[in-house]
Amino acid sequence: MGYKREIDRLPIPPKDAKVHNVTCHYCIVGCGYKAYTWPRGKQGTMKNNAYGIDLSEQQPAMGTWLAPSQYNVVKQNGKDVHLALVPDADCVVNNGLTSIRGGRMGENRPSDVMRTQQQRLTDPMIWRNGVWQPTSWDDALDLVARVTARIITEYGEDELLVSMFDHGGSAGGYENTWGTGKLYFQSMNIKNARIHNRPAYNSEVHATRDMGVGELNNSYSDYEVTDTIFIIGANPLETQTNLFLNHMRKGLENGARFIMVDPRRTVTVNAAEEIAGKENVLHLAIKPATDIALMNALFTYIVDKGWTDNEFIKNSTFQGGEAVPLDEAHPAGLGSLEYALNACRTSTAKAAEICGVPEADIIKAAEWIAKPKSDGSRRKCATAYEKGIIWGNDNYRANGAIVNIALATGNIGREGGGCCRLGGHQEGYYRPADHVGRPATYVDQLLISGGGKIHHIWATDHFKTTLNAAEYKEVHRRRANIVKDAMDASASGTREQQVEAIVAAVNAGGLFVVDMDIIHSQIGQDAHVILPACESNEMNLTSMNGERRLRLSERYMDPYGQSRPDCLIAAGIAQNLERVLREMGQDKYADQFKGYDWKTEEDAFMDGYHQGNPDVTYDRLRAMGNNGVQEPVVGYKGGKLVGTKRLYSDGKFDRHGRKDKKALFCAAAYRGLQAPGKAQERATHKFWINNVRANVFWQNQFLDQTNDFIQDRFPYPFIEMNPQDMADLGIKAGDLIEIHNENGATQGMAYPTDTARRGQVAMVFGSPSGSQGNVVNPGVNELILPNYKHTWGDIRKLADATPRSAHVSFKSKEYKA
Amino acid sequence: MRCKNMVNVGRRQFLRGGAMAAAGAAAATVTSAPAEAGAPVPPAQLEYPSARLANIADLKVNEPLDIEYPDADSPGVLLKLGTAVEGGAGPDGDIVAFSTICPHKGFGMSYNSEDRTLNCPGHFSRFDVEAGGQEVWGHATQNVPQFTLRIDDKGDIYAEGSSDLIFGRPSNVL
Ligand code: SF4
Ligand code: FES
Repeated sequence: MGYKREIDRLPIPPKDAKVHNVTCHYCIVGCGYKAYTWPRGKQGTMKNNAYGIDLSEQQPAMGTWLAPSQYNVVKQNGKDVHLALVPDADCVVNNGLTSIRGGRMGENRPSDVMRTQQQRLTDPMIWRNGVWQPTSWDDALDLVARVTARIITEYGEDELLVSMFDHGGSAGGYENTWGTGKLYFQSMNIKNARIHNRPAYNSEVHATRDMGVGELNNSYSDYEVTDTIFIIGANPLETQTNLFLNHMRKGLENGARFIMVDPRRTVTVNAAEEIAGKENVLHLAIKPATDIALMNALFTYIVDKGWTDNEFIKNSTFQGGEAVPLDEAHPAGLGSLEYALNACRTSTAKAAEICGVPEADIIKAAEWIAKPKSDGSRRKCATAYEKGIIWGNDNYRANGAIVNIALATGNIGREGGGCCRLGGHQEGYYRPADHVGRPATYVDQLLISGGGKIHHIWATDHFKTTLNAAEYKEVHRRRANIVKDAMDASASGTREQQVEAIVAAVNAGGLFVVDMDIIHSQIGQDAHVILPACESNEMNLTSMNGERRLRLSERYMDPYGQSRPDCLIAAGIAQNLERVLREMGQDKYADQFKGYDWKTEEDAFMDGYHQGNPDVTYDRLRAMGNNGVQEPVVGYKGGKLVGTKRLYSDGKFDRHGRKDKKALFCAAAYRGLQAPGKAQERATHKFWINNVRANVFWQNQFLDQTNDFIQDRFPYPFIEMNPQDMADLGIKAGDLIEIHNENGATQGMAYPTDTARRGQVAMVFGSPSGSQGNVVNPGVNELILPNYKHTWGDIRKLADATPRSAHVSFKSKEYKA
Repeated sequence: MRCKNMVNVGRRQFLRGGAMAAAGAAAATVTSAPAEAGAPVPPAQLEYPSARLANIADLKVNEPLDIEYPDADSPGVLLKLGTAVEGGAGPDGDIVAFSTICPHKGFGMSYNSEDRTLNCPGHFSRFDVEAGGQEVWGHATQNVPQFTLRIDDKGDIYAEGSSDLIFGRPSNVL
């Protein structure tokens, strides 16, 4: 039976409740919320309350309502206060909408009164005598600094491996990317770094950037006024929920058509059909990994039909053939339209054959994208893509092939246009230039082959979310245990003796692991020092969303326990490194770690982002409220920050840094399954294992590990499967099954899905209890972008449905009136 | 298919008990605490009106009956499922009642008798009436409120409580 909250009333915020601006920190959309806080033992009344409405009346649809999941009791300046987190009807991003993620921000706050998020880390901890013992910041940072200083001075900075977030929201934000970036890229020259979701320090969208086109170039409002929404490898209703519900939906209601390229039918396709009518929705369910062939056919057809924007091409794109040759850093050459088309040319018939979709549908898509309207006027098309491309086959060329179409049709920098990634977290990147190079080091492989002596981990959990996870985990654990054993053996020694023991252990193949996180993560089980970080709203945090909308999400509660903002943890590491290096007589090196005398996250913001964007301060952002300002900020006028609604409206493209400001096309020839080992895997296994997200917990699943509402719905990671395939294997709904191949195995719960194709299963990604990465091979592209999406394996039943999975609903996820 | 049959219930009988709604100064209980963190705080239940919804004889298998509970501003649905479900009332253990105000943003939901779900046109959420109102897919952060039923000797079905807070109110009993 579905989980019951058994809550039938909630306190009412009084008129004088404090109000803070909050930007939801879970996903890229960045919905606006108001946080009301007020003292315990007080509340408003039905008629007199902070919302200013008569609560004794049933509120209408879309009316103000505090759901139990939006309520909590939290600490503010040391006192327990009520917290009500209500979606902001005046925020242009969400206009009062919540999602199943953001709508649970309240209950996901740590509270000693309500006993929520008791998994949060409260104290720095050091591995002592076989357990993690709480300690002071001074003690923990001293050990981190002593070991780190020894290694970098004796063996060089390449022995320090760093895993760190690069995003906004959640753990990221301009404050925290700056704090960590300054430490590793300014005070040090770290080369062996990687990002939270990929095994190297690189861009997920090198191609579009090399073509001159920044990947977040439109406004959400563009989807409202476009003629066609063209989506490739994304599922916005689930993963950018209120972008779909509040903006794409309006576009469809205004008559836009909808094209979705995805081997799987998702709830997004169903919802689009509901809104626009089936006749205005085209789902191109291509064979996995064939996107490039489809894009190239569309590009070719559009050019051959003359549906290109020739003025735009002439004025804004490169004209002289090849501009950038294919080389080690460029998996495809770049240049003029003709140059690119020469490599991309694909007939619709050929693409139909490769992609397994009707040729007529490909032609229809081309018409919907680019065919001038009956009155001869230009058709507007807003294009968007995400992980199906980014984590898909041949990342660089797939990305380039999409941008080719948008450039050819002049759909960048114009109202109703745009060619964007949809994004995962919000963005919030402000760091000194890195020293990583291109292609970047494949850091996971370096670690697996015994490289590196220290691992600093910032809010990332590769055990759940990297590729080749089974092997990575095994090696990481083995190497960390060498150091744990050495620490245990020297437990009674002095700090100096401990450090000696650790250094000897890392020289014997061990890995000294420092983990900064808000919870004790799975990779954190390997840590020798754990430093507790706080989250957004326990600190002030600035980020921008998928339309580059920058907001200050305000601190309304205290950091939990002794936890600190990541930027201040980074500062603490730097200060301790300076002290220890000076003690070691390394004055010059020590000087590199000056400049971290930050008391607050605002200090870190002023030291970083503000230096590059002098108009932007906390006060000014606070005044801009939940609507913030769209980056880049170009001035401050009449008490308001002035932003930029869409990029490249002047037709000048600069993301590649070219002086001529001309966009480049990409010679994105299709070359089948690009990553090593994938074709072999496909040939030898029965099922394609698609790696998918679910609206319910994507981006914050680690917070939901003990959430009753969520665990009741999905006690185990779901694996959507065709009912006939299930029958063939003797699998019933809710049975526990295992996916296995030569890379490893992972487990989940069978979810019969009528729309799933035979031989294709879709497993939810990033689950704490079933790491999909275990079965993903180490194959990457030339720039070390992983291909998580293309994995093949076999399936076997492990057990009948457990009591927990037996009562779960296995009905279709598609709305049916 | 939309709920067609409507059982009229007077509003009056529901109004008693409403006075204490806003007075509950105690913090509400959010029982999402991890199991290891100690026993959840016992829910502070309101006093609910007892409202006659229908008689068992009025119900046909899988034919939804419109109801209102705890008051006339709060529509719901009464169903006889034909097979026993956890939490089902009546001699066959198959009678259930749910709110039809979507717990996401309050749009009115309709009943799909084919796969026995409540579906919301607001933003496409759906709930399984055979699984205690579990959200099959959607945006609501709770399952759909299920009404507590009591059936007397005569077969009269009474609603006497709700498992979850109903959208659009700070207290189920206004
Ligand atoms: S759509 Fe994204 S930003 Fe908006 S409430 Fe949901 S998780 Fe938060
Ligand atoms: S109101 Fe029902 S899904 Fe939003």
